[in-house]
Amino acid sequence: MGRGSLVREAFPVIIRLIMNFDFEPLPLPSLPPGRTGQVVRIQGGRGLTLRLARLGIRPGARIRLISASPFSGPLLVEVDGVRVALGRGVTRRILVRPLP
Amino acid sequence: MRVIALVGQPNSGKSTLFNALTGYRAVASNFPGTTVELLRGKALVGGRPVEVVDLPGTYSLLAGDRAEELSRDFLISGEVDVVVNVVDASLLSRSLELTLELSELGLPMVVCLNMMDEAEHKGIKIDAEKLSDLLGVPVAETVAARGIGLAKLLSLIPQARPARPPRYSADVERALAQLSEVVAPIAKATGLPPRYVVIRLLAGDPPPGTSGQPELSQAVEEAREKIASARGEDPALVLSAERHAAAVSLFEQVAEVGHAQVGWRERADDILMHPLLGYPIMVLVLFGLFWAVFKVGGILEGLLLPPLEELSQGLGALLGQGLFSQVVVGAFQGLWAGVAIVLPYLVPFLFLLALLEDVGYLPRVGYLMDALMHRIGLHGKSVIPFLLGYGCSVPAVLATRILEDERDRLVTAALAVMVPCAGRAIVVFGLVGRYVGPLAAFGLYVLNLVVIALSGWLLARLLPGTGPGLIMEIPPYRRPNLRTLLGKVWLRLKDFVVVAWPLLIGTSALFALLQALGWSPALNNGLRFLTWPLGLPKEAGVPLVFGILRKELSLVMLTQAFGTADLSSVLSQGQMVVFTGFVLFYMPCLATLAALGRELGPRRAGLVLLGTTGVALLIGLFLRGISALA
Repeated sequence: MGRGSLVREAFPVIIRLIMNFDFEPLPLPSLPPGRTGQVVRIQGGRGLTLRLARLGIRPGARIRLISASPFSGPLLVEVDGVRVALGRGVTRRILVRPLP
Repeated sequence: MRVIALVGQPNSGKSTLFNALTGYRAVASNFPGTTVELLRGKALVGGRPVEVVDLPGTYSLLAGDRAEELSRDFLISGEVDVVVNVVDASLLSRSLELTLELSELGLPMVVCLNMMDEAEHKGIKIDAEKLSDLLGVPVAETVAARGIGLAKLLSLIPQARPARPPRYSADVERALAQLSEVVAPIAKATGLPPRYVVIRLLAGDPPPGTSGQPELSQAVEEAREKIASARGEDPALVLSAERHAAAVSLFEQVAEVGHAQVGWRERADDILMHPLLGYPIMVLVLFGLFWAVFKVGGILEGLLLPPLEELSQGLGALLGQGLFSQVVVGAFQGLWAGVAIVLPYLVPFLFLLALLEDVGYLPRVGYLMDALMHRIGLHGKSVIPFLLGYGCSVPAVLATRILEDERDRLVTAALAVMVPCAGRAIVVFGLVGRYVGPLAAFGLYVLNLVVIALSGWLLARLLPGTGPGLIMEIPPYRRPNLRTLLGKVWLRLKDFVVVAWPLLIGTSALFALLQALGWSPALNNGLRFLTWPLGLPKEAGVPLVFGILRKELSLVMLTQAFGTADLSSVLSQGQMVVFTGFVLFYMPCLATLAALGRELGPRRAGLVLLGTTGVALLIGLFLRGISALA
């Protein structure tokens, strides 16, 4: 097996790894403060999903993490220019894709 | 008389508009969820009197909490003639979702674009005329807080028309059309528009009058399943997403978003809500509040008390020694105590609390405290009743309606009545603050917090189950308006002047009568079981009991029981701290008990009463031990 075939075979794997790393949705608390992410999905029942949707937090929405309080406290986020406080448990169910 | 309902999302300024239209003073705050009841007032529209009803804020008609349910049920009760949809223009896109939902009710409607100044600040330009054309209803632009545009709004109300409901995607519309045939007779019977009935059935939230009909429920189930399997989501979520899309498209047609101005209000959170700096700042702000109330109150009291002493002595000398004279002097002391002991602390306290509320800092305290609240088995939304409790326990108990869960409501109400209301603050400031020092007064507040946290922790063990977690809108900071602030202080002060003051005068006279007849020693001896373990002089017995009527009475009665306004001559500092600690916790006043009974039922209210009094005894004993050591 020559060097060329190794590159040929490894390259797509590496690309996929990078792509995956970049595009696999993260739970909201993993977003660094100050960054914006796009909501991919809400992992939760109808009740939670509706409650979040009422405040504009739904798939496709852009959500900016402003601040995360210590001791697993709530997160302060901004959606559509509105600031919302979300408990830590709630935020783990919001999956986002970081935007540049 | 025609009925006009003010409907809108939380914190869109409905109560401010209500106050401006009716001249009535409802509590309006920069605080989502301030209104939890229907408030009724009167206004003139086109020279004719109408009834204006302020509804609790609601994000959507798909009910969430109890306050929202109240709004929705009132809207479909048939009592409403015109809906005024109050919209925060700076949040137009999101607010239009409720507007579209309201349009499905088929009621004549006017849209009121409120807070136009905020929208401008955010760089949002709205074409109100185009919005009016697209929705098919009159649209008014207002800044209710400054009284701008109100005349125009009133002139548009007679032209209210049912709005054009949005059209959804083909599959949803097909499902709606299929069901509307089955539903037609029901809709006719209930007087609701068929489209509205069908939408609620499809969302899995059946309106009244649709239960117990197997044929209908089968058709609804089929339609729901069809949409659920095609979209891979609950139909309620599908409808919500459809409405969102319709609102966004409407927004894009009528609004232009330019450059937002970024000022202190946008940047303040970087510091005030900072993960580390936020907490010391919060402690400083709250301590600053206590210090200021203590300072201002002390100065005013020092000015007012000496003349009180002289006057009542002069009055006593003038009237002689008879029974009648003693009762009159007692009543007079009650009157003056209101001026000299209560008002000096109450006015600055209410003013600063209102200031923090209107600037928008209070919900941020809720955010900062959420981690702690979680430890005691509640989530941060419970903080709203707690914070209101620092003003008065009655609205605090009512505010538990914004919680979705029955258990959360019970635990929050039980804990919120332990929060020292303004009446108890008077005792803290006027007794401990004045004679022992502001640090001791602050210490009592901190102790109070610790005890509430421990009680919460205990209750969480007894009543397991945690709420669904915090989801709370944090309103923008707003520049406070002096007129609104003073109005709010007056509204809360009125409660003291109208209810507490007459009570103060009456009970003071009654107390003087008891003393003149020589009955108070017997009463005090009967209360020895309370005052003896706490190490208090027996004269403190009757004042403690009078606090059940109004907590501030305890302090005023104390000055009467000892016959002097200088309490340091009759009570040691330790005794003052014990007395105040007991007053902080023991059974809530009668008005609060009534509210508890209404919201939780008599049995649970009774449990709260017993629990808090038990806690109060423990705290009294604990403080006695501490002061014996110190």
